[in-house]
Amino acid sequence: MIEVRAYKTLNTQEGKMPLDISFRVEQGQFMAIYGKSGAGKTTLLRIVAGLTPAESCFVKIGDDLWDDSGNKFHLPVQKRSIGFVFQDYALFPNLTVIENLEFAVPKNGDRKIVSELIDFMELGQLQQNKPGSLSGGQQQRVALARAIARKPKILLLDEPLAALDDDMRFKLQEYIVKAHQFYHLTTVLVSHNLPEIFRLADTALILEDGKINRHGKPADIFREPTASGRFNVTGEIIDITQNDIVYIVSVQSMNTIIKLIATKNEINAMQVGQKVLVVSKVFNPTIHVLK
Amino acid sequence: MIDLSPLWLSLKLAFIVTVILFALSVPLAWWLAYGKIKFKALIEAAVTLPLVLPPSVLGFYLLLAFSPQNAFGKFVETVFHVRLVFTFAGLVIASLIYSLPFMVNALLTGLRNLPPSLKEASFTIGKSRFTTLTKILLPNIRGSILTGMVLTFAHTLGEFGVVLMVGGSIPHQTRVVSIAVYDEVESMNYHTANIYAGILLVLTFSILAVVYLVNNNKQSTKLF
Repeated sequence: MIEVRAYKTLNTQEGKMPLDISFRVEQGQFMAIYGKSGAGKTTLLRIVAGLTPAESCFVKIGDDLWDDSGNKFHLPVQKRSIGFVFQDYALFPNLTVIENLEFAVPKNGDRKIVSELIDFMELGQLQQNKPGSLSGGQQQRVALARAIARKPKILLLDEPLAALDDDMRFKLQEYIVKAHQFYHLTTVLVSHNLPEIFRLADTALILEDGKINRHGKPADIFREPTASGRFNVTGEIIDITQNDIVYIVSVQSMNTIIKLIATKNEINAMQVGQKVLVVSKVFNPTIHVLK
Repeated sequence: MIDLSPLWLSLKLAFIVTVILFALSVPLAWWLAYGKIKFKALIEAAVTLPLVLPPSVLGFYLLLAFSPQNAFGKFVETVFHVRLVFTFAGLVIASLIYSLPFMVNALLTGLRNLPPSLKEASFTIGKSRFTTLTKILLPNIRGSILTGMVLTFAHTLGEFGVVLMVGGSIPHQTRVVSIAVYDEVESMNYHTANIYAGILLVLTFSILAVVYLVNNNKQSTKLF
């Protein structure tokens, strides 16, 4: 069980905003933090890692206390068993791929994990390369492998796939899921990509203006309470065209485009670029705007 | 035969100053780049001061400080049994201060240009500050290190005012090549002066040219 409570005043473009958060993650769970940019997602992750100080905070991972500002206790970042994947990957340019991973293994740690991770992330061909010569997706795999190499108690991912195109995103999500399961990790992912959260996370919390707006299963918290159905996928409206009396709505989800029929009344609430949930009730898929 | 000892003395001084200054400047640059210090601006201003202060002003104050009649000079003389006025040791200390901005600012620029996530990534995988500095940060600012070292070396070779004030012109002790040129011109030995000056000119130009070549090829830190 991971327990986090934090309070910090953030300086945003609109002025000061308090970040006031409290949540728990079960061991082995995959939790996503969703929110607009500037909502405090990354700051929250950095507080858990010990990279950013908070005015008051309490972080407990299982039996290990990391932060308890009430008792003036703060464990430095180096002493926390974390794997952190940065938005810009932060690979060490002076080290090769394999050296980057070896550097992350503690002195008396298990060195076998390096070759295991090289195989796992399919980095065999690249292991002697320097990060500068790798593509974004390759760098991301190295960053993920490096974060796992020390067998952390918690894996923290800060929008790790934000800079990648959809195909690459999709492939890397598979690596993340596989790694999460194979290494029995507890993972916290910061993302503003709904399909990603639906695909990866067991639970999610929505951060809005520094507060937790909703917390629960992704399918529960991102859709209207009236929706129910056999299957559902989230996506983004990429096109709305009129065809006689009905409208054709094109929704992109992952790398497929779903075309759906909607009436004029339904269209009024929709616009291109909106995040939506496509629900199929036995025969007819219907479409719901996401909050 | 021309006496080459001023040249060797200059090279020796420049070498010693570069090595010591590098060792001193790495922690100082780390502290200025990442430390949470009050009055950081004042400290940076003090570090850069020798760059703009007339060498004679700096030399004058150092001469006063080094004098055995004053507190610092007396302290050094009684505790370490070293006299700093008109000695090689005094030249080394004066040059350390005189060349400080060249080394510190080069390292500081290098560290500040690195993405902060590099340092943080090393911390998150449990590495100490020392390991992070030696294994990650310094190897990634090699261009800046080279720049700082070469500028320090070349600048120490070329200093005149501070050396004249603090060291005088004692052969084999403090008569470095820049002083020797001045002495020779004063004694109308233009030929000797020309040789010293020519060697210094070619040497410093070559050093700088090599740095620019290396750094341009690596596309890393530029001199300025």
